[in-house]
Amino acid sequence: MTFFTHLGRYILMLKGMFSKPENPKLYWKEFMHQCAEIGIGSIGIVSIISVFMGAVSAVQTAYQIVNPFISKTIISQIVRDTVILEFAPTLICIVLAGVVGSKIASELGNMRVSEQIDALEIMGINTKTYLVLPKIAAAIVTVPMLTVLAMLLGILGGRLTVSLSGILSTDSYDRGLRELFVPYNVFFALIKAYTFAFIISSIPAYFGYYVKGGSLEIGRSSTTSVVVSCIVILFADYILAALLL
Amino acid sequence: MIEFKNISKSFGDKLVLNDVSHAMQSGKANLIIGTSGSGKTVLQKCLVGLFEPDQGEIIYDGISFTQMNDDDRKMLRQQIGMLFQGSALFDSMTVEDNVKFPLDMFTNDSQTTKLKRVNEVLERVNLVGSNKKFPSEISGGMKKRVGIARAIVLNPKFLFCDEPNSGLDPQTSMLIDQLIYDITKDFNMTTIINTHDMNSVMEIGDNILYLKDGKKEWTGNKKDIIFSENENLNQFIFASEFLQGAKRLRMMEEKR
Ligand SMILES: Nc1ncnc2c1ncn2[C@@H]1O[C@H](COP(=O)(O)OP(=O)(O)OP(=O)(O)O)[C@@H](O)[C@H]1O
Ligand SMILES: [Mg+2]
Repeated sequence: MTFFTHLGRYILMLKGMFSKPENPKLYWKEFMHQCAEIGIGSIGIVSIISVFMGAVSAVQTAYQIVNPFISKTIISQIVRDTVILEFAPTLICIVLAGVVGSKIASELGNMRVSEQIDALEIMGINTKTYLVLPKIAAAIVTVPMLTVLAMLLGILGGRLTVSLSGILSTDSYDRGLRELFVPYNVFFALIKAYTFAFIISSIPAYFGYYVKGGSLEIGRSSTTSVVVSCIVILFADYILAALLL
Repeated sequence: MIEFKNISKSFGDKLVLNDVSHAMQSGKANLIIGTSGSGKTVLQKCLVGLFEPDQGEIIYDGISFTQMNDDDRKMLRQQIGMLFQGSALFDSMTVEDNVKFPLDMFTNDSQTTKLKRVNEVLERVNLVGSNKKFPSEISGGMKKRVGIARAIVLNPKFLFCDEPNSGLDPQTSMLIDQLIYDITKDFNMTTIINTHDMNSVMEIGDNILYLKDGKKEWTGNKKDIIFSENENLNQFIFASEFLQGAKRLRMMEEKR
């Protein structure tokens, strides 16, 4: 299939999601369930990655700054800005594309292959609204929260290493954090997080929802969906940076 | 009543259904029989709209299903119950929740009323004490019965069963046939059953459609089938010596 047939069907899927729920209570329940799956389910991996991300960037910045004329508080500024601008939104979302995306694609793929989606359709339920929409909505709600968590933990991770390895005192680190802070960066990071959240939920949902064949294809489509999501994230990252910075 | 006219369907260049027309009557067990791969499942899926036929018209109680828009189809489908060949139970839900799901979605009854109804249908399919099990924890035959329970829990007007008793022992199989037959009569449902179980054919076959290579080869009821001269049908139905003997006996009985 060509790129344009995929794109067309993807857009039609998104359009098809918006229909009146048969029973709002069940849809809400499904949405909450997905928030727990996607959001709470990823807190562990996001925390681990963010702490190390912050730590590594602190150590590496310190390693590169050998000039005695530069104040060492620049370390915390650099950690702060890279974590907020790039690491927390982009890197975390790429990881989530793997964690959340493959889960979404394989869950829907399995439901498609074992005819569970057909069974729902036969009951008179719009499966795009019931299965796909709650996943995308849950990702859009929880992924930015995870991004904010990643920012905090990343900066904290940097603080921890600089003080443990004696590069900088925590006081100077904190002082550096407050110097030249641009609140717009946080806003920009959140825009990225919302965009990426949509990407890492809708693309895998598309690949899972339209799986054809058997269990082999479920695995294949989940891999494809992660690869495609990652590429689209990087592409969107570039576009957003060009537009908004 | 469900009528369909000149249904054809192909996948790629393989013609699976070739100009099939028939009427499925209400209050009767309408059987679709045929060898494995003859197109029974594809025909059922065309009738409910899971496959779009390439050609032909499908009419539900006088209203053209083929020309309905998505919303009208959705409304109609709330009166359809369907058992899939592979059961298609929701993996993430227990047996009880699977059967309760249509009630949760489409009724405003209280939990107790819904649970009462769930237990009632589970009892009818002879499945008690598995309420809290997950589909992965029950046997294939049990899955079938949960699938039937889920299909009938809302008392549908149209009931589609794709091989309801394959993989069941003869006794349970009879029980399921009888159950489907009874509710069909009780609620005047239009019931369509795919099967290659000869027992079902002889017990409940009110209106039988025999498909061969995607074509309508023969129609009639369980009595006609005994006297049928159709070579292919006889070969298909009375495949073993034992069944041929049974046919001769039944013929003598009927003639007397
Ligand atoms: N989605 C599909 N894509 C391509 N070919 C298909 C598809 N579904 C069914 N077929 C083909 O259609 C033919 C009829 O299949 P169908 O499942 O209707 O048989 P059946 O009569 O239900 O057989 P069984 O008794 O084994 O269930 C088969 O040759 C099959 O290969
Ligand atoms: Mg079949």
